[in-house]
Amino acid sequence: MGNTSSILTQYDIEEVQSHCHDLFEQQEILSLYQRFCQLDRNAKGFISADEFLSVPEFAMNPLSQRLLKMVDGLNFKDFVAFLSAFSAKASLRQKVQLIFKVYDSDCNGKVSFKDIMEVLRDLSGSFMSDEQREEVLSQVLKESGYTSDSFLTVEDFVKIFGSCKPDMDVEIPVD
Amino acid sequence: MSSTAGRLVTSRSELDLDHPNLEDYLPSGSSINEPRGKLSLRDLLDISPTLTEAAGAIVDDSFTRCFKSNPPEPWNWNIYLFPLWCFGVVVRYCLLFPLRVVTLAFGWIIFLSLFIPVNALLKGQDRLRKKIERVLVEMICSFFVASWTGVVKYHGPRPSIRPKQVYVANHTSMIDFIVLEQMTAFAVIMQKHPGWVGLLQSTILESVGCIWFNRSEAKDREIVARKLRDHVQGTDNNPLLIFPEGTCVNNNYTVMFKKGAFELDCTVCPIAIKYNKIFVDAFWNSRKQSFTMHLLQLMTSWAVVCEVWYLEPQTIRPGETGIEFAERVRDMISLRAGLKKVPWDGYLKYSRPSSKHSERKQQSFAESILARLEEK
Repeated sequence: MGNTSSILTQYDIEEVQSHCHDLFEQQEILSLYQRFCQLDRNAKGFISADEFLSVPEFAMNPLSQRLLKMVDGLNFKDFVAFLSAFSAKASLRQKVQLIFKVYDSDCNGKVSFKDIMEVLRDLSGSFMSDEQREEVLSQVLKESGYTSDSFLTVEDFVKIFGSCKPDMDVEIPVD
Repeated sequence: MSSTAGRLVTSRSELDLDHPNLEDYLPSGSSINEPRGKLSLRDLLDISPTLTEAAGAIVDDSFTRCFKSNPPEPWNWNIYLFPLWCFGVVVRYCLLFPLRVVTLAFGWIIFLSLFIPVNALLKGQDRLRKKIERVLVEMICSFFVASWTGVVKYHGPRPSIRPKQVYVANHTSMIDFIVLEQMTAFAVIMQKHPGWVGLLQSTILESVGCIWFNRSEAKDREIVARKLRDHVQGTDNNPLLIFPEGTCVNNNYTVMFKKGAFELDCTVCPIAIKYNKIFVDAFWNSRKQSFTMHLLQLMTSWAVVCEVWYLEPQTIRPGETGIEFAERVRDMISLRAGLKKVPWDGYLKYSRPSSKHSERKQQSFAESILARLEEK
């Protein structure tokens, strides 16, 4: 059933809203809660990896394993905070920060050549060889003034993305 | 550094060949692969389209929507409506439910007292026995339908017993079978269930000619395909009823039809079933409820109201593949019953999608990167 196991009070909604920096409206948070309860089948308070993978559109995504590490076991507040980067109201910096976090899988604040290679491998699979990926990456890094030994920080990412916000908006369906 | 160039993994499991190109249905979204001139670092690092697709799927996806049972709208929070609702509950549970149980029990007594002797005594005279058993099964199904105060409106010509024809219908609950069976004794192909349902399957339904399969066994498919073929060839067999969705869907959507029913080289007669949700939501969410609970829920509701349309029989057109034929029939049924089509295989309820789909995305990404690399 799409029933909520516990009803969200106004306090709960406001707490979640401030946790995600007011990027979602209250109606959107209610919709997200319904969705959260729908995915969390036995009302544990978090969604397990298996339950995420039961959404075929998500399981088919090349970055699903990386994203799973970031969303597995999140409670509702953190789930909304994660999704807040996809709100139309999110700033360029917030969106780029999420992209950075996807690359920085070991969470050390630095993205190395190897980290980018791993993401490229997820995205292109067996359709590009490792040599091709290295060649492409070294070339574009060199053209932007970096080397293959460079470490990119969040600031570097923000600079690379410049003034053009990445097209990363997801609309929350509000019944 | 292992070279992965030669290792193209193509999954060739039969399940994949069962449905048309998924990409034709899914929104392509912002494609990663629009060649926009020379490749820059930003282009390479920008994983936003893929991320957006993943986040979109987390927030809402068309597959989960197919299996969502909508909670009933609470309308009783009011000083006069609440007592009325309470009165309704009392009537339903204390008056209607016992009456219905009695009716059903009565029906079973009549049925068993006729069926068992007929089955045992008329062992030699198959034709007569089958005829009587057919009538008896139709009767017990009518009792079942009466026990939920079922109001079924049938449209279209009544199914007839002819060889080389197969009936297909959309699937909402196991009661679909009962609703259809009370009009005509079909032979249905069903998943073997445990418990009392399984007992009924192996005794009574066996006599109508039902065929069993096991979803989890891969080799089962060939055996079942052969049984289906044998059944439709026989002249005296009950008409075969197949639910090509393979699983129960919530009567708002249809998932992809399995092509098995459409490759039997015979006429396909589509049946569309639509339940009226105002009275009760007849969707059987097998993950949440056992069939017993589902039946009890129906027996304590006001009524089960549905419409059944027997549509025009279709044959495969020259040059049409099994999958195209299945999709054409699905169009007819979805249109008639007002259901939306989704491009998912119902069996994804029980298993993960094959890697073929993510491989396709990977391939288009790789190709666009390599193409743009050429542009200097």
